[in-house]
Amino acid sequence: MSVLSHAAKRRLSDKLLLSLTWFCSFITIAVLVWILSYIVINGITHINWSFLTTIYKPVKGLTGIFPMIISTLMIIGVTVIISTPIGICSAIYLVEYSKPGKLVATIRFATETLAGIPSIIYGLFGFIFFVVALQLKYSILSGALTLSIMVLPTVIRATEEALKSVPDMYREGSLALGASKLTTISRVVLPCAVPGILTALILSIGRIVGETAAVYLTAGYVPNIPSSIMRSGQTLSVHLYTLAKEGISFEQAYATATVLVIIVAILNFIATRVAGKFTKVSTGG
Amino acid sequence: MNMQKIHTNKLNLFYTDVHALKEISIDIEEKQVTALIGPSGCGKSTFLKTLNRMNDLIAGVKITGDVLLDGLNIYGPYDIVELRKRVGMVFQKPNPFPMSIFDNIAYGPRIHGVKSREKLEELVENSLRSAALWDEVKDRLKKSALGLSGGQQQRLCIARVLAVNPEVVLMDEPTSALDPISTMKIEDLMEELKEKYTIIIVTHNMQQAGRISDKTAFFLHGEIVEFNQTEKIFSKPADKRTEDYITGRFG
Amino acid sequence: MVLRHSFDQGLDDLHLDLLNMGSLVEESIDNTIYALKKQDAELAGKILVNDDVIDDFEKKIEKKCMNLIARQQPLAKDLRTISTALKIITDMERIADASADIAEITIRMSGKKYIKPLIDIPKMAELAKIMVKKSIDAYVKQDIKLAEEVCASDDAVDALFNKIILDLVNLMKNDPGTVEQGIDLMFIAKYLERMGDHATNIGEWVVFNVTGEHDHLARLFHKESAHVPPYDE
Repeated sequence: MSVLSHAAKRRLSDKLLLSLTWFCSFITIAVLVWILSYIVINGITHINWSFLTTIYKPVKGLTGIFPMIISTLMIIGVTVIISTPIGICSAIYLVEYSKPGKLVATIRFATETLAGIPSIIYGLFGFIFFVVALQLKYSILSGALTLSIMVLPTVIRATEEALKSVPDMYREGSLALGASKLTTISRVVLPCAVPGILTALILSIGRIVGETAAVYLTAGYVPNIPSSIMRSGQTLSVHLYTLAKEGISFEQAYATATVLVIIVAILNFIATRVAGKFTKVSTGG
Repeated sequence: MNMQKIHTNKLNLFYTDVHALKEISIDIEEKQVTALIGPSGCGKSTFLKTLNRMNDLIAGVKITGDVLLDGLNIYGPYDIVELRKRVGMVFQKPNPFPMSIFDNIAYGPRIHGVKSREKLEELVENSLRSAALWDEVKDRLKKSALGLSGGQQQRLCIARVLAVNPEVVLMDEPTSALDPISTMKIEDLMEELKEKYTIIIVTHNMQQAGRISDKTAFFLHGEIVEFNQTEKIFSKPADKRTEDYITGRFG
Repeated sequence: MVLRHSFDQGLDDLHLDLLNMGSLVEESIDNTIYALKKQDAELAGKILVNDDVIDDFEKKIEKKCMNLIARQQPLAKDLRTISTALKIITDMERIADASADIAEITIRMSGKKYIKPLIDIPKMAELAKIMVKKSIDAYVKQDIKLAEEVCASDDAVDALFNKIILDLVNLMKNDPGTVEQGIDLMFIAKYLERMGDHATNIGEWVVFNVTGEHDHLARLFHKESAHVPPYDE
């Protein structure tokens, strides 16, 4: 093909590559928009105030998702309470105290691996261990414990990153003033790392909200408001699954899905705003 | 003749296999400015950090010999927290915490047990005055310290050190990251501070050492080649290596 | 905010030292002239002793200047001020030396009567003294006008010097017995003339300090008509 000069060939291949990139991006965005709009368009009509606040008793003709909202909130709450301290403390150990060596390498490997395990396996493990062996039965607590394990690697990793991003000079400055290592971590390093930790936490919550398989096998699917964390409950995602699988009502399914999507969107939005606000403060607003 | 504040005897420091400080024996007089000069990597910053045991933070560091503060060996049974209260440090790059100006200065006193609001306010004001920064920041103590200019931040760090009432202030190239005016302001500040504190400063800037120090130590390859009154070092150094360094024949 | 406080302090101290040295020099000249007129050997002896003090002072100021240069990297006006100080103290010390030399001769001549009543020599001495005082004043006030006046008056001193030499030569030609004292008096005149030259130097350095230009001002003010008469007129 000596018809085209070398420079012309290069320009052509540049254009081709650019077009390819655009095309791929377009497909990605298109798919996202398609999924979201399909769900929302189908579901938004069914959402109203009573849908969000009444309980679910189809026998009596009540199809509200209020109990599911409560269950979801409860499970989020307990998971956060369990996983956050453990995650942060582990990260602090890994970053501030441990010396590079076999132990740390092992811990890291474990964390990375945990992050990649499919959620159904967590569900299975949670069922065998928490529900049956520890006799916690189907409960918010079982669900929360399982989800904590799932979410732990993310919390640890994000906290590690946040801690590592705190400049060493702050630590040096604090130690040089006569502070102990613990004081330095608690009064200087951690406060500095908070935005990163918070962001990771909020994003983890987003993931929890969407978890179905693991929750289904551990928290169960009782569509009532759980009276305590020892009782079973049905989260929004499980409800959605049930509605769809058993063909009860696709309308309700879409509506539930829309609520879920909205919640995740709100959480992500909050995460970005919170992170941004903290960054501004800590860099001299 | 001032009293001897710090005395080192045959101090050696090893970074794993590297012999970074060799048989350092030196007397630092109190309430004077002692400057440590020398080419890059000669050990002056390392030596400075032995005086408040900041080298302890580095893995693989081994130290032999004595470092005496007012006669007591700081590498013996000596409370590190107490040591770092008495011997403060200002770093090369200003490092105020990402907190308000007030909280920065109050940090030291707070971690050492001062709780009373009044006492803290008094300490903050006195420290900022001693660091010649009070007038510039008194109306914005609650604002973030990171909003100050470089020179102001460094003076803030000095004030932060002074707030714990040290006896010795170590300065590791405190003005190398600052513009000439800020540098001059801090040099003038040191003139005032030496009436109350013993100051030891590491500096790459020889002219600075000449301007502000009473005594100067010239470090080379981990040893002290010469240590004398600054006047003598700068007008009639005893060792040819010192002369070559000072006249810029090698750096 | 004024910066480099300790450097300014050092410069102020230097200035003060120069003033003190200047006063000592003026005092020395005053005493010398008095001792010469009154043939006071005791006073002359004190002048010799004080010269050591002035020499020590010169060394002290010199050391201070070297120190300031080594430690403060002076530039521009600061540099000129310090180098001016170094030069002026040399001239002041030489003036004091000349004064001491005159005192020494005074002691030597003290027992004898003067071969002629001293008229021109004291006049010349007064002129020299005024020049020295004015030059130091010019330094104190950093006044170029005063400095230039000093340089302008050097001619008058030189003229007197020539006259004195002529008179003494004639005196000695006529009466060989006066040769010893005559030579001594000639030396005194010479020392006084040197004082005038040194005062002129000081004036030139003052101008340098202020303007940064160093010219031989005496040459500028030197009148073309100044006439050095031969000895056998």
